[in-house]
Amino acid sequence: MTSTDTATTNSTSKRTLPVTDLSLVVLIGATGSGKSTFARAHFKPTEIISSDFCRGLVADDENDQSASGDAFDVLHYIAGKRLAAGRLTVVDATSVQSESRKQLVSLAREHDVLPIAIVLDLPEAVCAERNAARPDRAGMPRHVIARHRRELHRSLRGLEREGFRKVHILRSVEEVESAEVVLEKRYNDLTHLTGPFDIIGDIHGCRSELDTLLGELGYVDGAHPEGRTAVFVGDLVDRGPDSPGVLRRVMSMVAAGNALCVPGNHENKLGRYLKGRNVQHTHGLAETIEQLEKESDEFRTLVREFIDGLVSHYVLDGGKLVVCHAGLPEKYHGRTSGRVRSHALYGDTTGETDEFGLPVRYPWAEDYRGRAAVVYGHTPVPSTSWINNTICLDTGAVFGGKMTALRWPERELVDVPAEQVWYEPVKPLTTEAPGGLDGRPLDLADVNGRRIVETRHSGRVAVREENAAAALEVMSRFAVDPRLLAYLPPTMSPTGTSNVDGYLEHPAEAFAQYKSDGVGKVVCEEKHMGSRAVALVCRDADVARERFGVEGPTGALHTRTGRPFFSDGTVTEEILGRLRTAVTEAGLWDELDTDWLLLDAELMPWSLKASGLLRTQYAAVGAASRAVFPGAVSVLEAAVARGVEGLDGLLAKQYERAADAAAFTDAYRRYCWTTEGLDGVRLAPFQLLAAQGRSLAAVPHDEQLAWLDRLVEHDPTGLLQTTRRLVVDTGDEASVQAGTDWWLEMTGRGGEGMVVKPLQALVRDGKGRLVQPGIKVRGREYLRIIYGPEYTRPENLARLRQRFLGHKRSLALREYGLGLEALDRLAGGEPLWRVHEAVFAVLALESEPVDPRL
Amino acid sequence: MFLTISTYGTPERPATELGFLLHKHPEKAQTFSTSHGTAHVLYPEATAERCTAALLLEVDPVALVRRGKGKGRGGAPDAALAQYVNDRPYAASSLLSVAMSTVFKSALRGVCEARPELAAEPMPLRIEVPALPARGGPDLVQKLFGPLGWSSVVAEPVALDEQFPEWGDSRYVRLVLEGELRLADALRQLYVLLPVLDDAKHYWVAPDEVDKLLRAGEGWLAEHPEQKLITSRYLSHRWGLTRQAMEALELVRLAEADDSEVEEIDNAVDETTDTEDTPVPLAVQRREAILEALRAAGAGRVLDLGCGQGQLVHELLKDVRFTEVVGVDVSMRALNIAARRLRIERMGERQSGRVKLMQGSLAYTDKRLKGYDAAVLSEVIEHLDLPRLPALEYAVFGTARPGTVLVTTPNVEYNVRWETLPAGHVRHGDHRFEWTREEFRTWAGAVAERHGYGVEFVAVGPDDPEVGPPTQMAVFTMAAKNAKNDETDKKEAKAA
Repeated sequence: MTSTDTATTNSTSKRTLPVTDLSLVVLIGATGSGKSTFARAHFKPTEIISSDFCRGLVADDENDQSASGDAFDVLHYIAGKRLAAGRLTVVDATSVQSESRKQLVSLAREHDVLPIAIVLDLPEAVCAERNAARPDRAGMPRHVIARHRRELHRSLRGLEREGFRKVHILRSVEEVESAEVVLEKRYNDLTHLTGPFDIIGDIHGCRSELDTLLGELGYVDGAHPEGRTAVFVGDLVDRGPDSPGVLRRVMSMVAAGNALCVPGNHENKLGRYLKGRNVQHTHGLAETIEQLEKESDEFRTLVREFIDGLVSHYVLDGGKLVVCHAGLPEKYHGRTSGRVRSHALYGDTTGETDEFGLPVRYPWAEDYRGRAAVVYGHTPVPSTSWINNTICLDTGAVFGGKMTALRWPERELVDVPAEQVWYEPVKPLTTEAPGGLDGRPLDLADVNGRRIVETRHSGRVAVREENAAAALEVMSRFAVDPRLLAYLPPTMSPTGTSNVDGYLEHPAEAFAQYKSDGVGKVVCEEKHMGSRAVALVCRDADVARERFGVEGPTGALHTRTGRPFFSDGTVTEEILGRLRTAVTEAGLWDELDTDWLLLDAELMPWSLKASGLLRTQYAAVGAASRAVFPGAVSVLEAAVARGVEGLDGLLAKQYERAADAAAFTDAYRRYCWTTEGLDGVRLAPFQLLAAQGRSLAAVPHDEQLAWLDRLVEHDPTGLLQTTRRLVVDTGDEASVQAGTDWWLEMTGRGGEGMVVKPLQALVRDGKGRLVQPGIKVRGREYLRIIYGPEYTRPENLARLRQRFLGHKRSLALREYGLGLEALDRLAGGEPLWRVHEAVFAVLALESEPVDPRL
Repeated sequence: MFLTISTYGTPERPATELGFLLHKHPEKAQTFSTSHGTAHVLYPEATAERCTAALLLEVDPVALVRRGKGKGRGGAPDAALAQYVNDRPYAASSLLSVAMSTVFKSALRGVCEARPELAAEPMPLRIEVPALPARGGPDLVQKLFGPLGWSSVVAEPVALDEQFPEWGDSRYVRLVLEGELRLADALRQLYVLLPVLDDAKHYWVAPDEVDKLLRAGEGWLAEHPEQKLITSRYLSHRWGLTRQAMEALELVRLAEADDSEVEEIDNAVDETTDTEDTPVPLAVQRREAILEALRAAGAGRVLDLGCGQGQLVHELLKDVRFTEVVGVDVSMRALNIAARRLRIERMGERQSGRVKLMQGSLAYTDKRLKGYDAAVLSEVIEHLDLPRLPALEYAVFGTARPGTVLVTTPNVEYNVRWETLPAGHVRHGDHRFEWTREEFRTWAGAVAERHGYGVEFVAVGPDDPEVGPPTQMAVFTMAAKNAKNDETDKKEAKAA
């Protein structure tokens, strides 16, 4: 692919200089040869890095030659960053010495881009004249130019040997001025093709199975009536019964524009054989050679040319899809270098060999975090599965397995069984790429440090380093298995502070806020005072194993920070069992077409989980108050009785304080009761979050509650508890009043309060922003547990009303966006790390500083 | 919060003279403003036979929380450590001590201009504190007041909630002291011992706290058998408070989000066991065994996975054969303590170049951990829930793949030899499991098999013929590494 053109036939004709769109362009020329002017004329200013500029950066003087060492360090650093990011980069330095070019060539190789040389070889007089016109260079001795030109001429012939893949030499002022840089796409860049595609795994000469599979996919004579494109991941040949037949089919489809093909390692070897190189006839090549013997010379030539023209990998569908033979890490996508080709053909190995003498493959897919799906073959596996957005389609047809295709973008798998074992495998087919089944952990890089999580509904959500650090500790030491931790509930903002006498929170503000957000219908749901619980329930242990990769449990029941509710797994299973029965009896498995359900719920009593906190904080305060007030009151009464003056106010106040303390004790006692095993335990589900293939977060709450009512109805054990609700029209005064009365009545009887939610669940306001998914309005007595026994005293309320909800509201929305994202990723069958990333971020945000009483 | 001081009179000395000693008139109710609320002094009875003074401190709970906290993000006070639901308005704590020192200033000093001889004399006293928070319970109250000359010390526990008898007693006691003491001595004892018994966060910070303790403890503290406990509790919580808060605030919030106590979550650092100052013999033996195994393996670059407060890192750095020592822990708090103890910031460049501390988690694979000679997991695995153990196994043996891996864990069989350990209990509150020798060997054998390691077992501590050693250690050695070394040896031999 190297091209050196030094056309000098007609200096006035226009010179076109092809430049690959991702490459490192090195301008070469003596001082004064006009490199900077040339660069400015043909490239964007940000694409050009000049050594003069870098000298200025490190030494305040663009001509300070003593700063060259540091200046080139900076230049290489910037160029490296640009190339890593996949940006065309132009280096504007003299580069007349081979040592300096060598560094640039290796920089290009390091980033797997092509180095391209553009040489400005102008007469010494021109250079001298130009330098003289520049005040900062006027004093430059003439011999410098001469030396540069000498060095340049010494290098010219060796540029290709140095590694430059394109060399353009311009020898006159006219040539320079008339030259035109033309950007060329890389061969692997087929991002403009959007398919739809049918990607077909390793074939290995199994022509009959290939024909069957193409038929299954709807191809007629190598063409699809709906215009789909087949993409072959390589290893068309060797081992199987009819490699020539397969080649003939694939080559004709490619030639007709109905298919794309990337080479496998077997094509590569066959290609070398056909070129007359000395290769070992092993791993099934002997069979192919024998079969090709029967073909014509012409056909063999066609095959050789076909293989020669194959591009090692393709980036397709706007960058969403990468196809290659053996898998490719993200940093190699769309790159062009020997090692990219080698990786695409052979994959990465650890350098070790296994007991069968085969190289141990490095599990690159485990590390893969790219956005593009990588579809590949090469490693025969008994069945396919997505790992981190990568999938291997080699299902060992030639070894008696099956031949597999992937429909894109549908992501549907189509396979046909092998007609027979065509070739005995050296070792049995095993799932070598670890999937969800063997406890493969996530990588720290998925969660650690400052991160930005891209969400569909809330844009980019940032997680700060210190919050991620705290979440890491809790997640690692206390949380349930991350495979079962598909969701953490977002925090919820309370209603705006009320000015109603004696109240800190009151429904009026909640209704008014939704009204101003443009939400007409809201549902008020009774707030159960217990502990937030998320339940994942699978239809059976097999589903848990197949969908979530866990052996044993049939789901999980965890707290809002991901901790298991019960240290005893059998208790969890008992609860999950009852839930499962209710789901089955209610017919929800079929109705939602799912084998598992994720539910948001409240587990009661509060004392079940919070008993430590209750004892050390809540009950302790009650106990201390009961110990102190009788004595204090009787001492005051005695003093008053014997005529000490000025104590009436103090005594009255102690009566009030004692009453407040008693009310506080009553308040927490309502949420405590004794349980024995599961006797007395209640679970109030209030939302179905997700099912197979579907996030349910946007399902309106009336539909949600109807499902949940059926669950409660079909639970004979008394575990499940219903959620009382009332729909309110925020624009209708009478309806709002009814909502307020409902709340007053409920909290008057000791209820915790209610949550007001938009009936439509997922709602945006007039400006397109998400509105709060729920606002809590907590009861007057309940708030004693939050703000202290005496918070209702007017002087305390006056101060407590100065609370600030802004941060809490923003936090609630960010966590909501992350929660929705986790559900979408889960439902979309995205890799575990993607789900975990969003879930982890919710936990991290929970450690942000915000008033804990809100 | 509230306490009463009573005395009994004689014909020569009427009980009402208590008023002179306290500088508060028995017939008047007086009010004083203190830094945390309003203090009232009044006398429910004042006769020649019997006189009782009551000190009642009204604490403003809202001000208590909002005091000095400033505005946090979003304008709200970031008061993760300060709760509105707080026993301070009721319980006799350091706040009451501060109020006493303000209201009874001269009485505390033993000064009484009107009746100097009275102040110098012991008198019959009855002091009642109805809600005294006492960490250590009634026993400790007895130990603290017992040696101080009282004829009767009664400390009755207060029930947490009579509706829930299963919750047991609260940390409060009703304290009644009776005996003949100088009033000043009695007040000074209370001044020091109320916060000592409370043993909770103080709400005041003063640089001269040691001087205050020496003054208030004059004449009784020096000889007190519990002097050490009194001194350390009195002084320990002041300067530590803000620092701990800085380290743990994020975790505090996560605990709160889950209705848990922060101690339930932020328990990675166990300050009571095995600190550098007071090493536990078994821990020393464990470290020696580990060092020996690392030296035997010829390891130079070593990972201490779950390094805690850095005790092992400290030992490793003493031996220059360990050219790189990386301490990894999931707890930032532990790492901060480790960094402080190792004095990393004050190390010379060459020394500090050998050591690195970083947060990490063995529930995740971690590229930074690849390529080391050895990894130590000392008393780590038992802090993981069993179902999460495969993740650790994969992260260490499957991904990091050091040449040598040392794993130590308690041998549960040995627990019967711990006299202080109740039967059936684990050795540490956070131990999720403790294994028998058989269980450990089975696990280690399977791990070695799955990941291409050989494994040997070493007893740490006295190897009891019946129940084995207190700690068991597995030494894993990568098999492939040996093979490769052999190959290189062969090649070298050929070349030679």
